[in-house]
Parts: sequence; structure tokens; C-alpha cells
Amino acid sequence: MARGLEAINGVIERTKREGRAAFMPYLPIGYPDYETSLSAIKALAEAGADIIEIGVPFSDPLADGPTIQAATQVALENGITPRDCVEAVKTLREDGIDTPMVLMGYLNPFIAYGYERLIRDALDAGVDGFIIPDMPADEAGELQVYIDEAGLGISHFVAPTSSEERMKLAGELSRGYIYLVSVTGITGDKEAVPTELIDLIEKVRAKTSQPVGVGFGIRTPEKARAIGAVCDGIFVGTALVKAAGESVDAVRALATGMRQALDAEKSTIE
Amino acid sequence: MLPDKRGYFGPYGGRFVPETVIPALEELTAKYFELKEDAEFQAELAYLNKTYVGRETPITYARRLSDHLGGAQIYLKREDLAHSGAHKINNALGQALLTKRMGKQRVVAETGAGQHGVATATSCALLGIDCIVYMGSVDMARQEPNVFRMRLLGAEVRPVESGSKTLKDAINEAIRDWVTNVETTHYLLGSALGPHPYPMMVRDFQAVIGCEARQQIVEQAGRLPDVIVACVGGGSNSIGIFHAFLDDDVRFIGVEAGGEGIASKRHAARFADADIARIGVLQGTKSYVMQTADGQIMETHSISAGLDYASVGPEHAYLRDQGRAEYTYATDEETLEGFQLLCQLEGIIPALESAHAIAEVVKLAPQMSRDEIILVNLSGRGDKDLNTVINALKERDHG
Repeated sequence: MARGLEAINGVIERTKREGRAAFMPYLPIGYPDYETSLSAIKALAEAGADIIEIGVPFSDPLADGPTIQAATQVALENGITPRDCVEAVKTLREDGIDTPMVLMGYLNPFIAYGYERLIRDALDAGVDGFIIPDMPADEAGELQVYIDEAGLGISHFVAPTSSEERMKLAGELSRGYIYLVSVTGITGDKEAVPTELIDLIEKVRAKTSQPVGVGFGIRTPEKARAIGAVCDGIFVGTALVKAAGESVDAVRALATGMRQALDAEKSTIE
Repeated sequence: MLPDKRGYFGPYGGRFVPETVIPALEELTAKYFELKEDAEFQAELAYLNKTYVGRETPITYARRLSDHLGGAQIYLKREDLAHSGAHKINNALGQALLTKRMGKQRVVAETGAGQHGVATATSCALLGIDCIVYMGSVDMARQEPNVFRMRLLGAEVRPVESGSKTLKDAINEAIRDWVTNVETTHYLLGSALGPHPYPMMVRDFQAVIGCEARQQIVEQAGRLPDVIVACVGGGSNSIGIFHAFLDDDVRFIGVEAGGEGIASKRHAARFADADIARIGVLQGTKSYVMQTADGQIMETHSISAGLDYASVGPEHAYLRDQGRAEYTYATDEETLEGFQLLCQLEGIIPALESAHAIAEVVKLAPQMSRDEIILVNLSGRGDKDLNTVINALKERDHG
């Protein structure tokens, strides 16, 4: 099985062929506890996740809402370190989970880890890439070089407020999906996709050929289906973390529902 | 002059924030550079500084303190006399005026001790801007009078319950609000920290301290000082007084919060403890950060809430690397002694933050000769700290 950017590119090709958006769910390691978080991640894989974002807990998660803040705080209280998160991926691989997995975390713990050691351990564990919400594309610098040399993926962010120049830059430096933050106009109506989002996706696509994943505010299968119809992938975090607070079965049920919604959308296209 | 175009002072600084607010930072930078050259804006700020803030603030010759210590002559730059009680107003007013010029009507701010929150609420009341201040619930309990002050001034104070419920969590929450409301809202950051352009812009608004002091000390003492001493939390009052003297033959000493001592690990002396303060990224800027081996941000400790922060402004890290500024620390205990000394010998109740600078002067002045001069930035007044001091003295004397 290919790993790294090659594995992510495999997802891009497969979902394109299947005519549907990729399902990219997030769960942090260590919430509600280490073992349960691994079971929940397995449930995501079994439910048909295309790429799993492995959350690395950080003391100051300034890009996250209250649900993920609280969950990652619990994980920290459980003693989870960035090394544990890398180890978790290794364990999951050994347990036969083949789904591409990317580390999603804030920059400071990665700096503290040391880039060279981080990349070496990540490759060894079977990590496929990174998402770092407080590292805008133009600050990626040294880490980007390491990621590129290792042949790993990285999703840089674009926002509704981003200039066309910045969209272009995020596209140039992203390896795999671009992460489009749809902060405005998403909350509220469950079914409809606001025209602003469609316009925004068009704008991003005009600036880059990288596939566009949309995140923030996708809480239900209905919303997943509606957003999935207009982009290349969806990132889902908060709703799944809430479910993880209930049970692994709740995670499985929601993830299955979302993946089926994306598959259903495909059938309406065809 | 630094920073460079990307907001770096050597290897420190930058813009490590979610993409959503990067365009707002770009807009802010452009607008700030425009207004820096705008005579009308500068005149308006100067007018308010004079007629509202009460600038210029005087320099006071501390005769009895100088005699008591028996060495250098000590002069105090009296930022405690600025309206709302500290240097924080210099930056708050400047940014509030800038908010108006950007056509924004809403401001969010963080506060720890409450001084920046009060300065921001004051400026927003003056200019008719909606003001939301985020404050950790632990700090709200510790600094209740300032919470009342902000509310009296028309600000909405929102308690922050996440993390350690102190300053850094308030900053996280202010940034989250800003990310969500970036089109309508300006983030009025209170120290020479955070993503570019804040370290530069806050420094520039605070540079008025040094510009005034440089003229005043020459008028009063006949020459430039030998040493300038200022406390360093984020580092805005210190960078503000240092900057006008950058090209002069004047020693700079920044004083960090030594808390219960470096060995106790309960402090906020980022430059003094290489075990736990390493180069990292916190809340938008690359600088020295107090952190665990795994890169989690550590909780800090100081008797003064205003110095109680895990990172330090990037320009200070740069000045230190260059050997241009030196950094030391004062413990809580030394600070209390400095606090009492200034009360008793000069009739000035300093903020606990500023009392750290006094504590350094107590060590330094006796080693210097009587014809040498120390200039201290007395960054704020101590009314807000009375409860803390009363309790600390009780504990010291009976505990």
C-alpha cells in the first residue's frame, strides 16, 4: 500500500472516479481516553472515511470551538503527547487500518518535537500528511521543505477573506487537498448550500488545480451531502467529537450516515 | 528599521494565525503604514494624548530613593500619571483611532490584570466604539475592581472559562471572536506581541514614552541616562521607552517576573530559564515560549498579573540576541520590597509590574557612582494591586 502523498493522491483519483466528495473526518487522540479514541478512529475507517485527521492535542487551540477545545483538554489531562499521537497511527497501521491518516495539530508542539525527528517518526508510523491551522502557507518555510522531501501531504488553508494571491499560494504549496474554511454563510439552513460558498469554491478553483476540501460547520449527513455536491471533499470535526463523547457506536453511526450521504449525492449526479 | 516586510525581527515574529485573519492583518498593516504618514491622524492622536491622556507625563527625580541606595541618580518616567493609570492607554487610544479610520465599529480585546481592558474600554467610550473585553474567570476574580471599571465604561466583559482561565486563554478567545467577526471587528491587542503588525504597531504607539523621556532627561539632568530599566511582560512599556534611545550609548535592562524564583519553575522569566523557555510559536508570533518538553504552553506565575505570560515580544528576543538589551528578573519578594520602598521614600504607589523595575534598581544603583543616571519606566500606578499587596504582606509577615 502506498503511503504519504501517493496515498492521498489515490483518494483524489478514486473519489473523482466515483464522482463523489471525499469524506475526511477528524478525531483527537486521547478523547475520551486513549483506547476509546483508537476504537473510534477504527470505526471511522470502517464507516468509509477516505482520509482521517488525527488530532494532536494542544494547550492553546485558538482555531477550535468549544467542543474540540474541551475534548483536547481532556486528552491533555489524560497525558497525551504528540509522540503518543504518532504512536497511535503506528498501532492503527499494525491493526490493519490502511486509510490515509494525517496529523492535525498546532505548530508549537511540532517545533518542540523537532522537524527532523517528527518527519522520521511520522514516516515510520505510517502518517501520510499534516494539517496545521496556525501555520499559514507563507509561514510553512522549513517544515514545508521537510514535508516535500519526505513525500508527505499538507493541506494549506484558504478562507472567504483570502486574496486571490493567497489562494494561489495555498494551492501551490498544498500537497493533496486545499482546506477551504467556510466560516461565513454556512450555519443555519441545513439543506441549501449558500451561493456565496459556490462562488467561493469557483474562485479558489480559478486559482489552483488542487482539489478543494471544505470544512467548518458540517454537522449532519444532510449538510455533508449538500456541501459535498459542490466540492472535492468535506472535513468534519466537531459533530464527530461530540459523538465520540457519547460512544464509539455514535461515531460509527454519524460517520456511516455522512459517507452514505456523499455516496447518495454521487448517484444523483450520475 | 525592523521588522522586515514579513514582520520578522531576525528569526522572531511573523504571522502564525489562522488564514481567516491574515487578510485582516494585511489590511491593518497597510492602513497603519498609511496613517503613520497621515498628518491629520497624527495630529488627532497628539491632540488626544495632550488633552485627554494628560501627556506629556513628567519625569520625577527620585531624590530620597537615590540617597537611600547611595549610588546612581534615579529618575522615574511617570506613566502612572497617564489617564486610566498606565502606559496601556497610549496603544489603546492609537488603535481605537485606527479602528475608526478602518470603518470598523466593534473592538475585541484581551486583558489579564485588567489595565489594557480598562484602557481599551476608556478609548472606546471616548470614540463611541462597541467594546468587548475577554478576561479569564480566574483573573476576573483577582482583579474585580477593574471588571467594574470596564463595565462602568460601557464595555462588555466576557469571562473565559477555557484552559488556565487567565491571560493566554483570553487571547485565544479574542482571536476566535476576531476570526468569526473579522469583517466588522478590530482586535485591539494590548502588548508588543502577536502576529505582525502588532509588535511593530504597539511599539510605535508606545514609543511616545521614550521620545518624551529623551528630551526630558536632557532638560532635567543635563544628559542622557546611563541605564534604562523597565519591566517586561509582553514588553510594550519597555520597548516604548527603549526605542528612542536605540542609537545612544545607553544600557537597556528589561526585568521579567521571577515569581517564586527560577528554580521553583513558578515564574514568567522567559529569558532566564533555558530549561523551559525555548523558541516556539504562541498566539501568532515566534519568540521565547515557556513550554513543556512536548510543546504544551506552561502556566506561568507572578505576583503581578500584567507580567504573567508565557511568551515575550519578538523584538525583545531580537534585542537580546544582538546584545543590545539585557534581561534579568525580580522575584515576587524583591518586587514587594521595591513596591514598599517607592511608597515610603517617594510617595508613589507603583503598579506591581513597575515595582519589578524598582526591584532591579535597588540592586543596580548601589553598584553605580553618584554621577551616573538610571531612568526607570514607572509604567503604571498601583491602586489596582492593593488587595494583592495587602495579602502578600500578611502572608510574608505572618505566614
